Formats: sequence, C-alpha cells, structure tokens
Amino acid sequence: MTDAATLALVGKPNCGKTALFNRLTGARQKVANYAGVTVERKEGRFTTPGGRGWRILDLPGAYSLQATTPDEVVTRDVLLGTQAGEAPPDGIVFVVDATNLALNLRMVLEVTRLGRPMLVALNMIDVARRRGIEIDVPRLSQRLGVPVIETVAVRAGGEQALLAALESFRPVAAAPSAPAPLPSPEALAREVRAIVADCVREPARDQTVTERLDRVLLHPLVGPLVLGVVLFLVFQAVFGWAQVPMDLIEAGVGWCGEQVRALLPAGMLQSLLVEGVIGGTGSVLVFLPQILILFFFILALEESGYLPRAAFLLDRLMGSVGLSGRAFIPLLSSFACAVPGIMATRTIQNPRERLVTIMIAPLMTCSARLPVYTLVIGAFVPERTVGGLFNLQGIVLFVLYVAGVASAMAVGWAAKRLGARDRIQPLLMELPDYHWPHVRSLAIGLWERARIFLARVGGIILSLMILLWFLSSFPAPPPGATMPPITYSLAGQIGRALEVVFAPIGFNWQISIALVPGLAAREVAVGALGTVYALSQSGDDISASLAPLIAQTWGLPTALSLLAWYVFAPQCISTLGVVRRETNSWVYPLAMAAYLFALAYLASFITYRVALALIA
Amino acid sequence: MSSSVAPARDVPTLRSLQKGQSATIADLRTADTAAVDEHLRRLRELGFLPGEQVRVVARGFPAGDPIAVRIGHATFALRGFEADLILLAPVARS
Repeated sequence: MTDAATLALVGKPNCGKTALFNRLTGARQKVANYAGVTVERKEGRFTTPGGRGWRILDLPGAYSLQATTPDEVVTRDVLLGTQAGEAPPDGIVFVVDATNLALNLRMVLEVTRLGRPMLVALNMIDVARRRGIEIDVPRLSQRLGVPVIETVAVRAGGEQALLAALESFRPVAAAPSAPAPLPSPEALAREVRAIVADCVREPARDQTVTERLDRVLLHPLVGPLVLGVVLFLVFQAVFGWAQVPMDLIEAGVGWCGEQVRALLPAGMLQSLLVEGVIGGTGSVLVFLPQILILFFFILALEESGYLPRAAFLLDRLMGSVGLSGRAFIPLLSSFACAVPGIMATRTIQNPRERLVTIMIAPLMTCSARLPVYTLVIGAFVPERTVGGLFNLQGIVLFVLYVAGVASAMAVGWAAKRLGARDRIQPLLMELPDYHWPHVRSLAIGLWERARIFLARVGGIILSLMILLWFLSSFPAPPPGATMPPITYSLAGQIGRALEVVFAPIGFNWQISIALVPGLAAREVAVGALGTVYALSQSGDDISASLAPLIAQTWGLPTALSLLAWYVFAPQCISTLGVVRRETNSWVYPLAMAAYLFALAYLASFITYRVALALIA
Repeated sequence: MSSSVAPARDVPTLRSLQKGQSATIADLRTADTAAVDEHLRRLRELGFLPGEQVRVVARGFPAGDPIAVRIGHATFALRGFEADLILLAPVARS
C-alpha cells in the first residue's frame, strides 16, 4: 500500500472520533509518538469496499486551531504541515458531533479555510435524531462547501456512507498553501449561528438525561458518596476477579519452568532460562489480570463520561495539594501500575501540575507491592477478626493503602508550599454527555494497553532480570561453602555492603541482598528473599515457606520497617524509565529516586526505632 | 465588539449564579494579562458569547467551586475565577 493516501481524522474531544477510527481500522493500528513530543500518534489502515487503500491518522482532539495544550499543538501542526516528521495529510475527515453542531462547527470553518480536500463526518446522528434534532444535510454541505456524510461510529455498518464517499474522494497531494485569514471570533460565531439556524431544527431545549444525571452525580453530598461506592466496587473487582487468572498465570509459568527443567540439564543455561527468563517474565505477567481489570473499569468510566465528573468532585481536594481534578485519572491508574499512570499525565496541560503528578504517582500503592505486603502481613499479623466484621490482616493492608495516598498528598502539599507562587490554574473542562460505553472501543483500548504494558515493561524488566540473574549467580560459591550461593555472588557482596547502611533501620543482610534484585521490580524482592533463604519453590509456595522463616528470624520492628520502606522506596526501574521518557530528561527520574529513597529511609528509621522502643 | 469598559461592581457574573438558575451572557471581561486573554479566547471558542444562555447544573463542595454549567448542548466545569470572567444580563428565573 505504498501509494495509499493519508487522511487526518480531526475533531474535538468526545465527538466519537476514536470510535470511528476504530471502526474503520479495526485492530490495524499502530501507536507511537510524534517526533520530539510526548503526544501519542495513532495511525491505522483500511480499505474501502471498492478496493481503495487509505492510511488514516487519528489526531489528538482539539477545540480550535489556536492551540493551548501540547495535544492541540500537534493537531494544528500536522494539519498545517509543520509537524516534524509528518507530511501534510492528503485529505481531512472532520468528525462532528451532530448533537452539538454549534460547538463543533467553529473549528470546521477554521479548517475549511486551510483549503485542503475535506469531508465532514456527521457522527452520533442516531442520538441527534432520538433527541428530535433534524439536520438538513445537503444544505449544511452547501453552506460549508464540503461533503457532509452521516455516520454512526458505534454501530456496525455505521461507517458505510463514509466509505462510499471515500471511493470518489479526490485528495490532492498539493503543497500546503497559506490558509485564508481567519475572521474575528465574533464574526466566526455569527457565521456558525447563521449556519445552525439555517440547517438545524431542534425542539425547545429541556433537560437532557445528562443534566438530570448530573444533578445527582455532581450533588455536593450524593456525588462523592456515589464516587466512593464506585471506587470501592472497582477495587473489589480488581482484587476479587483477578485471583483466578493470576493463579492460572502462576500455574502456567510454573509449568513452563518445569518443562524447561525437565528438558535441559542442570547448569547455567537451565538456571538462566528458568529463573532468569521464565521467572522474570512470570513475575510481570502475573499482574496483568489486575492491570487489565482496573483499566477495563477506567476505560469504561471514561467512555461513559463519568470520569470528568469524578475529577469535578475531587477538584477541590486535589487543589489543596496543588493539583487539579485532572490528576485523578493518572493517579487512579497508578494503583494498578505507575507506568501507565505516568503516561496518562499527558492530559494535564499545566507543566508544573503534570510534573508534580508524575512525581507522586509512584506513592500510589501499586499492585506490585502486594506480594511484599502479603508476605510480611501474613507472617506477622495474626489472623484475627476485629469488631466481629473486619479481618485484622485486611485492616493492616488497608492502612498501607491509605498511607500511600496520604504520603502522596503530603508530598504534593509540600511541593505546593515550596514551589513558586503559581497563579491558580484554570480548569475549563468539558463534561461530555453520558453514554453507554462501547464494547468494541473498550476491547481495542484494553488490547492496546496490554500490548504497550507487555512490550515496554516486559522488555525492561526481562533484561534487568537477566542482568540481575548474572549478578546473583556469579561468582559461583567456592567449594565447601556453607551459606546460600547468592551470598558469594556480586549481588550478595553488594547486599552485604549495603547491610552497613541498612542496619540502623533493622534490615538484616538477607533483606539487604534481596533489595538489590528487588530494584528491578517490587515483586522481585519476594523471589529474591526466597533465593537468599535458599528456597527453591516459586510463587505462592515461596510465600508460604518464607512466612514462618521470617516470622522466627526477623522480629516485628524489622517487619514493620520493611513495610514502611516499601510504601516509599522506588524499587521499580520501569517507573524511573517511563519518567525519563515522559519528561525527556534524566534530572527528574534521578530526583524522584533520590527523594523517594530518602523518604523511605526516614520512614523505616522512625518505624523501626519507635517499634523497638514500644516493644522494649 | 467586546467592551473595553470595566463592568460596574454589581454586574452579576457566572460565579454568582445559583444552582439551577439560567441567565444570558452579556459580555466577557477584558483581559489584563496575556494569560487571561488566551483564556478568554478559549472561552469564546467554546461558545461563551454574548447572547448565549447558560444554566448552572452543579456547584462544588464546600465553597461552590468548581461550577458545572450547561451552555448550548455541552456541559463545562469552570473554576470560580473563570466564571467571574463571564458577565451576565440581570438573572432570569430558571
């Protein structure tokens, strides 16, 4: 398809543009970045029934060619042909929300002035008709000077008319000429009003379903209550539903390990494959169900239009720590894994706010902390019921979660106090109309997330696992060695050296060693402890065998100190890696590592000393 | 077309509109900084123009900030100081 022409898909956010893109391209999409910026570039391919092949670029949603966010800058630059690495598109498909023509037409008029071949896709025409809105399409087409095609992106076959129109669409690969000068906003507004008055008939506006729902969901008391319930249900689902798939994956990884062990003779290669490669990928894969389930809910809530309402309700609270409601979604995602959470900060326009959100995202209790928390709580917290209803172990876990959120807010607040006197940022956020999430978009969105997560995280973690395997296996123990092999390796030597540093906070040499491979990813520490204590099981078995061992040898202050350490410590190379990508600099990941380790040490120190004093 | 006269003290702004109330936009304030100017332009682009009807759908808790307003067929959330930029004609019954 070397001669496939390129279409640019343009529109404001929430007009169904991405649904249309998904319907046209299916899974034939490629996600990357625009040159030099951290804005997502989505390209896909499709063929019309008549056999014409097209490439299509889903440009970031924009309200205007007068760009205010990095996303909008990219859209403007691509359309004008000034974006680095992008040829100007051969044709433009402008997606318009038929239920709100007035808001959408303004930018349509802006873009028509570029003089590029253009089609308007009048999307959500079904919703408009349901509301009694009648649009004279031929007349609209005549007033705009471009073809206007009705589409229903969420329905199968809803793109047929567009495909038919594209058969005869003549894009011209002309050099972009300077756009016609833009009239003043008032004149443009007058023109839009005139066109709408001419082409649109609608019944008198009474309260829509959205408004009625918003009265409840944005109510100062009911709203937060509903939000709390929704969040609670989501977390219940994430932890409840994920159990079975996680067990399946662990079993699968264990099975693979067994097969390799049976096939290969014992030795370096077997060890590398079983412990390094399979063990390494296994420890990443086992979290995929939780991440996918959490993202399923996040995407569904986003599709339904509810997430901006959550941002509205939390805006005041987040404002107290120098953020806005927009930071809610990235921070929520960070409960699954900070990597996609930090990537989601691209939607935050204000650079300072975005940076602070990135810096506190790792404090959100991510799913990788669970194996460590589970191990220590299982070993040291008795299985008791408190108040006849609450499991003591569950309570401690909940406290750790709250500690994560509280520390994030504290750091945010500190950043706000220490930072320059920033003028209050405007919010101006659209709350799109509610609609049912579309299964197809959800499926494609989840597939994308899974792919990105596995590719990026799996890549880094896998290589690091292998590296750390080397560090933990060489040099080999001398003959007649009495300690576990790992103590003689490079990792062991580093750990023993670190023990000097960690002794004041109660970590013995086993813990100190385990923290070294534990730098790759938080969950690795459990496996590393197993290795140090010379255990050879995997997964849950390690926890079960380790728990009594550490219960006997550590002591409660050490256990609590380790928990406090894990609330803060950046034991995750992937997070630091993605921070480097998103900030385009080494300063921020290093600063993040420094401040998090400092907080971790402080918290561990206080916890250890206080616990020691209380017990004595 | 936008006025360059500072509004009188008692001109109602969107910030003072109560939940459920409707009003007609009279004008937008003039900008005193470049940042505010850019923000005013964005407000106009989104349809906050003289003559348009706005209705307050919800107000935040506890200080009534941010404010969710319905304008045309869209709903937007604004901070108090943003809503203060939008001057209203004397308030109509909702």
